[in-house]
Amino acid sequence: MNYFPDEVIEHVFDYVVSHSDRNALSLVCKSWCRIERFTRQRVFIGNCYSISPERLVQRFPSLKSLTLKGKPHFADFSLVPHGWGGFVYPWIEALAKSKVGLEELRLKRMVVSDDSLELLSRSFMDFKSLVLVSCEGFTTDGLAAVAANCRSLRELDLQENEVEDHKGQWLSCFPESCTSLVSLNFACLKGEINLGALERLVARSPNLKSLRLNRSVPVDALQKILMRAPQLVDLGIGSFFHDLNSDTYAKLKATILKCKSITSLSGFLEVAPFSLAAIYPISQNLTSLNLSYAAGIQSSELIKLIRHCGKLQRLWIMDCIGDKGLGVVASSCKDLEELRVFPSAPFGNHAAVTEKGLVAISMGCPKLHSLLYFCHQMTNAALITVAKNCPNFIRFRLCILDATKPDPDTMQPLDEGFGAIVQSCKRLRRLSLSGKLTDQVFLYIGMYADQLEMLSIAFAGESDKGMLYVLNGCKKLRKLEMRDCPFGDSALLTDIGKYETMRSLWMSSCEVTVGACKTLAKKMPRLNVEIFNESEQEDCDMEDEQRVEKMYLYRTVAGKRNDAPEYVWTL
Amino acid sequence: MAREGLGFEITELRLGLPGGEPPSVVKNEKKRMFSEINGEGDENECSGDRKIDKKNQVVGWPPVCSYRKKNTMNEGSKMYMKVSMDGAPFLRKIDLGMHKGYLELALALEKLFDCCGIEALKDGDNCEHVPIYEDKDGDWMLVGDVPWEMFVESCKRLRIMKRSDAKGFGLQQKRIHVEAMAK
Repeated sequence: MNYFPDEVIEHVFDYVVSHSDRNALSLVCKSWCRIERFTRQRVFIGNCYSISPERLVQRFPSLKSLTLKGKPHFADFSLVPHGWGGFVYPWIEALAKSKVGLEELRLKRMVVSDDSLELLSRSFMDFKSLVLVSCEGFTTDGLAAVAANCRSLRELDLQENEVEDHKGQWLSCFPESCTSLVSLNFACLKGEINLGALERLVARSPNLKSLRLNRSVPVDALQKILMRAPQLVDLGIGSFFHDLNSDTYAKLKATILKCKSITSLSGFLEVAPFSLAAIYPISQNLTSLNLSYAAGIQSSELIKLIRHCGKLQRLWIMDCIGDKGLGVVASSCKDLEELRVFPSAPFGNHAAVTEKGLVAISMGCPKLHSLLYFCHQMTNAALITVAKNCPNFIRFRLCILDATKPDPDTMQPLDEGFGAIVQSCKRLRRLSLSGKLTDQVFLYIGMYADQLEMLSIAFAGESDKGMLYVLNGCKKLRKLEMRDCPFGDSALLTDIGKYETMRSLWMSSCEVTVGACKTLAKKMPRLNVEIFNESEQEDCDMEDEQRVEKMYLYRTVAGKRNDAPEYVWTL
Repeated sequence: MAREGLGFEITELRLGLPGGEPPSVVKNEKKRMFSEINGEGDENECSGDRKIDKKNQVVGWPPVCSYRKKNTMNEGSKMYMKVSMDGAPFLRKIDLGMHKGYLELALALEKLFDCCGIEALKDGDNCEHVPIYEDKDGDWMLVGDVPWEMFVESCKRLRIMKRSDAKGFGLQQKRIHVEAMAK
């Protein structure tokens, strides 16, 4: 390949798109590394502390799209105290200084201040796409800056963020000249929206394909918006509350009939009972349906709707659908690939789902590859059946609400059931376990889960052997997170080289001690080993024998970070 | 590790007062902790009750992200119903999901319309108004005949009617029935 001029190699590299492939290219030889660097447009950084912003900018001057993830996954479940980190400002600052022509920024679990949004909006003339998932720290003022200053904005996608609403008119800040919007999602905003401004914005955005509204957008506004945007492909309904006998409802039904392009539907943050009939006409076109925030829909309504959705590939719902409802899903949605069933009450109720619903799904939906299932109980027999019926699982996440519940029929742990899953699903990349589990399940995981990249464990295992089976067996493991497991120092320190092959390890309420963490940190300078000291006492030095409540370690070339709060000790 | 329960502890030599706890942490404590904390929850679950028991929750369990928790689980199901009252110039909305029974509903309605004497709460001649509701078949029914859960599932809208308009509909028997329901 050294016989080809650089331009030819560059041209070939243009066809190599995935992050892992591009990474591989850069490892071949120095000249490929150089060429790859200068042509690289998209970079994914799974842990924002693994590399410094300056280093990123230096290596990839042609960067156009950056994806960053901040806090550890368990931060979602309130296990990471406030102020831990994940600030995006230094990244935006570095990018702005370097004159990189940033066009797209995708952030997950990061702290985004209004200042960073302001800086972002002023620094990159061609900025097109901002996607914020599970972020916090900004207000509608920051959104106003983005709306006002990003002249070529195509995408503003806010998913499940905590946004402070300043009752300003952020939506009105989109100038009249802004006609390039393709995707606008503000479903997570709590406050009122200027409905007139919204309608006008939609009217002047002929390329708008995806629109997700928040709760404050009432049905009459929805109807007007749909009239302006019959080309929509993805719709998130805010409020679907109306009088079934009114003109508005009649108009809405008629308008919905015109929206033949809609294949993805979500929202229904507020719903009038028995009103879903209005969407039956478009239900047969739906490939994606997310009703997981529609607490107001009764299960009978839900089931009736699903009967119309024969083309569904992705379904997110709440467990009030019940096992019978899942049976209806199984018989109606033969193309189902992804299913998420969320709990409607933290400890289940009589209508929640059990192993029966999952078995029904597995029988009716052989294409299923991604599952997140919160349930009352699970049996080994059911899991074995599911494993047989659905060998294509890539993501399998099971959450039994009573975290240590055994198989209710046999009172046995669920080792055999999960063992069947990992043995049958050779392409499994992500697994979350729950229920009563011994070391045996980890033996199975180590033996069979060759492709496993992410494993989440809670209240499981009996000894260090469990953790070791996983660390030794899962060669492709990238993220391991455990809480309330009896894994301790011996497991932590047996194969310390392993952690440099992984993105991160989280252990909370396990049996590791301060001393072991210190040892690990000393031996592995390219790991940041953080322990969180949340006690009120002014203990400057924790005793080596003391158990660590929370430990998060990750590989990094950036060294110890300088933005850690007081309770985080990087050893 | 698996030896606890076999009575070996009694032969352990250790410092400390007799009858004291062994110093080492028992590894299975983790699992017992979860069931101790949450074990009561399931048995005490009132059927059909959407009340969330906040007392005994393990932090971060079940693993539902905090945004989702705030927006779906703690608020109960949102079931806003339109309520009209005879003589009132405009309608109100009430969230049935916030109430656990007819008694609460009656109180809430009284508060909403700043009136008193809605049937299902008071007895005797104080009842000026009768609450009725439109069900999913489009029929107008008297509030209180069916179990609360069934009512919530089938109610489309509410109306508070003047008792005088409802004369002659055999409400005497109904009132007793309603009081029994309200208990």
